[in-house]
Amino acid sequence: MEQERNAIELKNITKRFGKVTANDKVNLTVRKGEILSILGENGSGKTTLMNMLSGIYFPDEGQIFVDGKEVTIASPKDAFHLGIGMIHQHFKLVDVLTAAENIILGLPGSEILDMTSVNARVKELVDKYGFELDPGQKIYEMSVSQKQTVEIIKVLYRGAHLLILDEPTAVLTPQETDKLFAVLRNMRADGHSIIIITHKLHEVLSLSDRVAVLRKGQYVGTVETKGATAASLTEMMVGKKVTLDIDRPEPVNPQKRLVIQNLTCLNKEGITTLDHASFEARSGEILGIAGIAGSGQKELLEAIAGLQPTTEGVVTYYPPEGGEEVLTDRTASEIRKLGVRLSFVPEDRLGMGLVAAMDMTDNMMLRGYNKGHSFFADRKTPKTLAERIIEQLEVVTPGVTTPVRKLSGGNVQKVLVGREIASNPTVLMVAYPVRGLDINSSYTIYNLLNEQKKQGVAVLCVGEDLDVLLELCDRILVLCGGSVSGVVDARTTTKEEVGLLMTKTGKEERHE
Amino acid sequence: MSKEPLVHISKREEMPFAQAVLVRLAAVLLSLIVCAFVIFILTKLNPVEVYKAIFSGAVGTSRRFWVTIRDSLILLCVAIGLTPAFKMRFWNIGAEGQILMGGCVTAAVMIYAGDSMPTPVLFAAMVAASIVAGMIWGLIPAVFKAIWNTNETLFTLMLNYVAMQIVTFCIVFWENPSGSNTVGIINSKTKIGWLPSLFGMNYGWNVVIVLLLTVGMFIYLKYSKQGYEIAVVGESENTARYVGISVKKVIMRTMAISGAICGLAGFILVSGSSHTISTSTAGGRGFTAIIVAWLSKFNTFTMILVSFFLVFMQKGALQIASQFKLNENASDVITGIILFFILGSEFFINYRLQFRRSGKEA
Amino acid sequence: MGVIIIFLQKAIAQGIGILYGALGEIITEKSGNLNLGVPGIMYMGGIAGLMGAFYYEQGTANPNGFVGMLISFACAFLAAVLGGLIYSVLTITLRANQNVTGLALTTFGVGFGNFFGGSLSQLAGGVGQISVAATGAAYTKTIPGLSSIPVIGPVLFSYGFLTYLCIALAVVLSFFLSKTRKGLNLRAVGENPGTADAAGIDVTRYKYLATCIGSGISGLGGLYFVMEYSGGTWTNNGFGDRGWLAIALVIFALWKPVNAIWGSILFGGLYILYLYIPGLGRSMQEIFKMLPYLVTIIVLIFTSFRKKREYQAPQGLGLPYFREER
Repeated sequence: MEQERNAIELKNITKRFGKVTANDKVNLTVRKGEILSILGENGSGKTTLMNMLSGIYFPDEGQIFVDGKEVTIASPKDAFHLGIGMIHQHFKLVDVLTAAENIILGLPGSEILDMTSVNARVKELVDKYGFELDPGQKIYEMSVSQKQTVEIIKVLYRGAHLLILDEPTAVLTPQETDKLFAVLRNMRADGHSIIIITHKLHEVLSLSDRVAVLRKGQYVGTVETKGATAASLTEMMVGKKVTLDIDRPEPVNPQKRLVIQNLTCLNKEGITTLDHASFEARSGEILGIAGIAGSGQKELLEAIAGLQPTTEGVVTYYPPEGGEEVLTDRTASEIRKLGVRLSFVPEDRLGMGLVAAMDMTDNMMLRGYNKGHSFFADRKTPKTLAERIIEQLEVVTPGVTTPVRKLSGGNVQKVLVGREIASNPTVLMVAYPVRGLDINSSYTIYNLLNEQKKQGVAVLCVGEDLDVLLELCDRILVLCGGSVSGVVDARTTTKEEVGLLMTKTGKEERHE
Repeated sequence: MSKEPLVHISKREEMPFAQAVLVRLAAVLLSLIVCAFVIFILTKLNPVEVYKAIFSGAVGTSRRFWVTIRDSLILLCVAIGLTPAFKMRFWNIGAEGQILMGGCVTAAVMIYAGDSMPTPVLFAAMVAASIVAGMIWGLIPAVFKAIWNTNETLFTLMLNYVAMQIVTFCIVFWENPSGSNTVGIINSKTKIGWLPSLFGMNYGWNVVIVLLLTVGMFIYLKYSKQGYEIAVVGESENTARYVGISVKKVIMRTMAISGAICGLAGFILVSGSSHTISTSTAGGRGFTAIIVAWLSKFNTFTMILVSFFLVFMQKGALQIASQFKLNENASDVITGIILFFILGSEFFINYRLQFRRSGKEA
Repeated sequence: MGVIIIFLQKAIAQGIGILYGALGEIITEKSGNLNLGVPGIMYMGGIAGLMGAFYYEQGTANPNGFVGMLISFACAFLAAVLGGLIYSVLTITLRANQNVTGLALTTFGVGFGNFFGGSLSQLAGGVGQISVAATGAAYTKTIPGLSSIPVIGPVLFSYGFLTYLCIALAVVLSFFLSKTRKGLNLRAVGENPGTADAAGIDVTRYKYLATCIGSGISGLGGLYFVMEYSGGTWTNNGFGDRGWLAIALVIFALWKPVNAIWGSILFGGLYILYLYIPGLGRSMQEIFKMLPYLVTIIVLIFTSFRKKREYQAPQGLGLPYFREER
């Protein structure tokens, strides 16, 4: 009897990538007609596990049961046959094709395409669940939430009765999230089983029937949502009660270092990504930047660093020695030439901050290789620096000649942060500094940021974990839809207040 | 429902150097066996005899040896020219055209200024002209790539044929004897503008120039700031922008260098080897050199070996062609087969195969 | 008027061989493979077709042109598929670089063609040119009656069957790509193999089939030059650089088979334009021969100016696909 209620059952699933074990003997059951949340920190193996259900990866060990029968899922095709459909975080859509064409991609059927009846069928599904979508529209003309709609309908069109959604709300506005959840509840009412991968607790609590928790690739357990609280789930997720206990020294003599006024950026499509942002960053202070993903954090930092063209606004830098420099409309190298010691730890560590295939010495060289008039590059200084960073930050690596892509995430970040603070910056900008890092490495990074703060550096820290921002920062700037929706004192504010600001649109509309 | 995949492929950690060399040697050996087999089917000749003939054809006499050296050097020179571009991940398929442009202006200087300049000035003019011509031919696609991201693979490819037409255009004015539609040997009596022998070696200058380039390019890529910039741009344009490297500038500068060296190869061909110009002066070297540069993984010293090996096989194949009354194009077929094997062998160096049935690593 | 008709006729005759090459390459590129081996593959197809017909005519007392035609057609197609197979194994299964593999294949294929072409003429008594009269005649046979209609006849009905097959093929391929399920899947594979894979499309299979069949079609271009254009004779290096023009035509046609028809006639016309412009000196003729390449470069630049997505090459072009890359 119990077997029949389970749509999916995973037993002892193990998956390794080289030396890394992404999933270690994971067990999981999904009942028919329920919404199951899979909760876990970044790097806990949630997506890997789901990718094995959808046929992207193949498990090294373990069994998968669908409707009580053991199955082999060797390809996405197998997954479709079993009625399993996954909506990936990075949409798997072909840009130049229409929504309808993407939806029928790879499906069997009459060889000559009858797009009229496909469009009608798509429209039917769209109306049934209250979506808005033009089946004939090309993907590259669509917004993110429209693309997600296409992905969901694609899965439904295939007759999937188990839907897996990988962090579906990370890119959505609050309104869009509400719509999505309504749709998911409709589907559950229709008898579908839904797995939603997330690390946002309030979503878990408001949406799901049960919660399964993974921690560092291992299965912790599954609980009914009814009996769960944010605290109990967090405890399952991180293993112990979270008292982050991040050090927060008082700022000493804060002075304005960077003044940003009305900074505005457009993306390639001409959409405003940063909308008249104005604020001030002070020396000896950590300014946190909060907001849901894609609220303009990346654009803001890149615009200050001279990597992103701006259409409006002014960035002014006030050196400790006095005077002022306007940074707007200058490239990264021009800013450097002005003598502005601005360091930047970008979100994409291996794709932007470092060169993955190069060793530590060459990565140290990225900053300052151009110093001096010699035709030849100096490798001695960077090598010494690399060795110093290995020693001081306890980087685990076979040596300075190992390509950085072979290091673990935490060590990569130590290398990058180590390099950026080595140039004695007056402004340090870090984006998601502890994403994907284990607890120990995270604390190393917090300490480094605090040290910089004590030395009088103006630190700007973009983060996604509000608990961390609330304990680490002095002030928190909140972005929403590209606008600054508020700047709050991190010592006195509450998580709720910041959360509210994150979902407030720039036009002062309150989110219900 | 499909079965578990039988073979599982995964990226390998770096293979030990010695093992990688062994894999490549095995590939070469295998390709030679296949070639022997092909030759045997076509000619019913003892393959051992055939390989002896290849050896004799490539290095059997002093003259043949020097021809092999001469042609290896030119191939090497072009490969070195292509290396910085490839290291930057810029697909310069246009070496053929850059060589032709370099050769064409060299011939022009020889023809028009041959008797009006003292020898050192003449050579300086020829070298400078060939470098500039190659540079321009390399810069054109680079400018479009840098500013508008125009596809360089196809752009450089097309420019080859434009260069070829420019050469045929010039041949009309330079043809000798008239009506032959060829230029003939330029200054065949006076030998003006011919690279003289050096240290008693006919191709001494070729050796010196190309070896200097080999060492120079190695140092440039490995130790100079510009070489470092090329590596960063090639690995990640995003990182390059992040640290303030002007990607546009690097693309243009690197392609100017790449084109210039290929143009210089045109000078060596015309002044130091063929003493004439035709559309087949480059003779496919621009394409073969791409393969040389690629197989050598941007290491200019490895390129010496690879280009020597390829030319060795080509010359040897020409010998068996004439000795056993085969067609001379057999050499291209053999080269092709060898290349297929070497290209395929890279897979076994970069990837690991795991067989499911045993459940263990292969 | 007469000159224009002849010009058109010759332009089409020039263009068809290039069109075959381009059609094959379009199918190949739609799967994400940039096969620079097309010039070599055309040589392989051409010589294999000729050899098939040659051995058939040698071995039969009264060779039947139609049988010779079938044999040579099959030989050309299969030899070209073999070339495509070599490319596929190396680039798809063994993940070798596409550009380098393509260039190696061109070296091999051109050598292959000239080697056997040269050896065949030795077998025929060293005449330098060999010919397969019966088969060649079958290929050059035009539609009786229709071809003698004035104006329309020479322009539309004066060609052998390979010409009509080629035009038909372009139309069929266009329909295949835009209106069929497999065509849609193929486009997805070339644009975004990861997505196609996730949608349950067998990416490897599509890439192999598209590349091999595409090569087979390109190889027919070689057959066309040998049989219809040259009437069943072989000259070493006789195709010249038309293989590269085929690759140029793919860009010019913006990866659309029907555009390639008009493009091929234009290219064919540009290729021979110098013969039809009165008072052109020899040197200027050479300048005119640059036109097809210059036009391609201009198209290339133009499409990079206008970032319209529909005008671009398939997004996955030139990149290998490896599902578990991590």
